[in-house]
Amino acid sequence: MRKYWQVINIGIQNTLVYRVNFLFRVLFGFIPLIALLSMWRTIFTDKTGEIAGYTLSQMVSYYLVKTIVDALTAVSEDDWQIAADIKDGHISQFLLKPIDYMGYRLCLFGAGRIIYSAVALLPVAGLVLWHRADFVIPSDLARWGWFLVSLVLTALLQFLISYTMALLAFWVLEVSTFIFILYAFEYLAGGHLFPLDILPPALFRVLHYTPFPYQLFFPVHVYLGRVTGPELYQGLIVQGIWVVVALVVARWVWRQGIKRYAAVGG
Amino acid sequence: MDAGRKRLARYADVYAALWKNSVLREMAFKVNFTLWIVVELLWFALQLAFMGVVYQHTDAIGDWTKWEVVLLVGISHFIQQIFQAFFLTNLVQLSEHVRTGRLDFMLLLPVNTRFILSLRQVDLGGFVNAASALAVMGFALAQLGRWPSLAQLCGALVLLAAGVLIHYALMFLLATVSFWTVRAQGIVWGYYSLFNISRLPDAAMRGFFKAVFTFAIPVLLVANVPARLLADKLGSPWHLALVLGLCLACQLASEAAWRFSVRHYASASS
Repeated sequence: MRKYWQVINIGIQNTLVYRVNFLFRVLFGFIPLIALLSMWRTIFTDKTGEIAGYTLSQMVSYYLVKTIVDALTAVSEDDWQIAADIKDGHISQFLLKPIDYMGYRLCLFGAGRIIYSAVALLPVAGLVLWHRADFVIPSDLARWGWFLVSLVLTALLQFLISYTMALLAFWVLEVSTFIFILYAFEYLAGGHLFPLDILPPALFRVLHYTPFPYQLFFPVHVYLGRVTGPELYQGLIVQGIWVVVALVVARWVWRQGIKRYAAVGG
Repeated sequence: MDAGRKRLARYADVYAALWKNSVLREMAFKVNFTLWIVVELLWFALQLAFMGVVYQHTDAIGDWTKWEVVLLVGISHFIQQIFQAFFLTNLVQLSEHVRTGRLDFMLLLPVNTRFILSLRQVDLGGFVNAASALAVMGFALAQLGRWPSLAQLCGALVLLAAGVLIHYALMFLLATVSFWTVRAQGIVWGYYSLFNISRLPDAAMRGFFKAVFTFAIPVLLVANVPARLLADKLGSPWHLALVLGLCLACQLASEAAWRFSVRHYASASS
């Protein structure tokens, strides 16, 4: 176990090598959020009441909580690095060492998230304070608990899907196009741009047969208390199933990839 | 006068050679070329879908109706794609040139360094995607039942060019930061974040941030003013002058930053 702590440590230091670059990324990331919040406020001033069951407070909270979940669970550069490791032949050393590559990457992912969240804490806190009149905070502990469970599952699902996608580098030289196509689907169907339940109900139901809502939307939905009772448990079970499926697929793709691996550049 | 014309002819020759080079390069990776076009189309469709969903629940954002916003998203995408075609890849590479010390070599070339840094590679996919944006703009105008006058079309053309140049100057400014930070991914992200704003109707922003993104970082004007002009809802002609003035200011600021950066360049090689 200790070696994995070392990996986390390395991950933290790696992130801090290019501090300004990192800060840029975190700070600029908030620009679209500010714009979207501003847009919904404008829409709500002309329309009193609710939009698709959302009050202004819930809509504002959706975007703020979404940002927090995203900071804690989103894959940032991990997929590019994994693809580069494969392409440049760096994974050869992992095949020789008594360390599991996926475990290694998971530690680096965790380290990256810790640092990112720490840096994002200040701007997020500022935004929440700014919108405090409209920020929903759940009062019952159970909801907090289920939110945290769902948050961990989301992080695992995010990581495993990106990891598997990056493993495509065993077969194709240039994976960035595939990664961007996946990003596009995650962006829309994961709930980055808008809460998914403002979609037409039929489309919303169809989306639940894909893993995308469980990559971001679901934990936020749990936090806002818009999913309760049997639906909540059912959702958590489905999310868990997706994590297991993603894990099995990731392991399988890795084994197939290793068979093909030719150690270019050794 | 004659020397000036000779100089211009020489730069035209150099640029033609760069174009030829880029075409050859793109043709070497045909599948990749096509896939990138698909990626861009997908993101464009995604932006349109977002606005489609929003307008299912409201009739207007401020004074912007649905098809006016589609026009706006189309214009924003058009500017972005033309900018990508000419400049983006080159500006992203600047930090690599600094990191590896290849910039030394470029400083020694017998052409203007900023010229070669900004225009070395042409991304042809950008033109294909700009065409899709034009189609959406045309469709939106048809839905609005509006055919802009010749004067409005000419004005829009000038504004679009100014928009591309504003984005170029801002991105160049961001890229010169890499003289100190060395890594550029943060800068590319910054750029995409800024473009997220240019797609939004100006009525969606208010107060402090509206002022920031209008005057300090004028991304909010870039697509909104031409969209208002074409949709015939421009408040006052002063907006046109404002865009052109800010475009000029951005160019001056980026040139100043470039000169300052080069003076502080401490080669990484040798």
